[in-house]
Amino acid sequence: MSTMLSHHGLMMSEPMAFGLSSALNFAYLPFVKLAGMPLIAYRSIPKAIIKGLQKNLGLKMKIETFSNQQKGQDRLDTLLEEGKIVGAQTSVFWLPYLPDEMRFHFNGHNLLVYGKEGENYKISDPVFEHVVEANEQEFRKARFAKGVMAPKGAIYYPTFVPQAIDYERVVPKAIKAVAKRMLKTPVPIAGLKGMRYLAKNIRKLESKDRRYARLFLGHIVRMQEEIGTGGAGFRYIYASFLQETGKILSNDTLLEASDMMTEVGDSWREFALLIAKSIRSKKSETVDFDAIAKKLESIADEEAVVYKKLLTAF
Amino acid sequence: MKEQEVPQDNNSIYRGQKRAVYATTEDGEYGVVASSGWDVEEEATQQAVAELERLADEAYEMCQEGEVSPLEYHMYSKRLDLLSLSQATGLFQWRIKRHFKSATFAKLSDKILERYADVMGITVHTLKQLPKRES
Repeated sequence: MSTMLSHHGLMMSEPMAFGLSSALNFAYLPFVKLAGMPLIAYRSIPKAIIKGLQKNLGLKMKIETFSNQQKGQDRLDTLLEEGKIVGAQTSVFWLPYLPDEMRFHFNGHNLLVYGKEGENYKISDPVFEHVVEANEQEFRKARFAKGVMAPKGAIYYPTFVPQAIDYERVVPKAIKAVAKRMLKTPVPIAGLKGMRYLAKNIRKLESKDRRYARLFLGHIVRMQEEIGTGGAGFRYIYASFLQETGKILSNDTLLEASDMMTEVGDSWREFALLIAKSIRSKKSETVDFDAIAKKLESIADEEAVVYKKLLTAF
Repeated sequence: MKEQEVPQDNNSIYRGQKRAVYATTEDGEYGVVASSGWDVEEEATQQAVAELERLADEAYEMCQEGEVSPLEYHMYSKRLDLLSLSQATGLFQWRIKRHFKSATFAKLSDKILERYADVMGITVHTLKQLPKRES
């Protein structure tokens, strides 16, 4: 998103786009399966992110989906010819530039198409720090993959980009939305409640099939680190956002919160490390599910402190 | 996470590419840092990949013995499972399970076979058989 907006004259870093769209989140959806494992999300779905930016910035975005694949490809080509940078939702499985081991059936991936040369689309993918390419056929498969969260060729681009952001007005709104959501969502699978619910389920793994338990734990790590851009389930990107806005608004509370969020990110990394060590252990050793659950619960406590602090920032 | 702490574990999965992570400089300033990988992430991914390979191997052997159709093997080799295959093809799980039976699979129409093949990105010809493997 930030590249798209910068292209249109509204300079914005990736953390700023992430923060202003109030995208930071947590959800544990045991009933939505990704490769047989429950979905764990660390940020809102892209549509919500786009809506968040629209609402907060006065940005106007158009999202288009297609039932006809050819129309979908032609439309993308037309937009690129017009010099637009276009966001696209795709399946991870069909992206040719991703290493084989990362190519699972996850349909909620988002990337940016910034040009086309011959038959090849030029792509900026958040996973890598360099640009990549995919040809027409490969990209079509990725855009129109079937299954859960099927992208349906979704592409999006701005139709109106404000040339300036009123940070004083927009930042408090965006931050409060995240803090309230994480602290107060009544739904047990979301926000901090969602983390504690996941922790409970981790303890229940003790009585489940050994192989399944380990795969489940490994899956949590992948959701956090593989799908989460920037590391630690987007917590570092958010800390970067808090730092940036703290400076722009000369707000010390935000700067302190940024440091705290960095520590939270570090705690998530420790959590992942703890799981990795448990999965590594030999067949005869038992996994300490309680220790892992406790670590997650303490992360929820740490995050609570940060969000409470953020609510006092303005 | 500090810049110096960003893992550079040369995750073989990345094939020399680098992932973008956010970390702080000595002055505490955030920026994007390229990482060649974190072994924790690599292990988790390898674990998931290994599990699918295990399921594919089992299906391969059972197919060779005539117990199941090649469909089950191809499903796992394309990182799918019963639920995701059902969602992607639009076919009910109970139907797909029937197609795992060699006899039933052999009688399937080209239309159904094409549905599977399309979702998996292979030809119907490939779908109907097991690939050769070195023992």
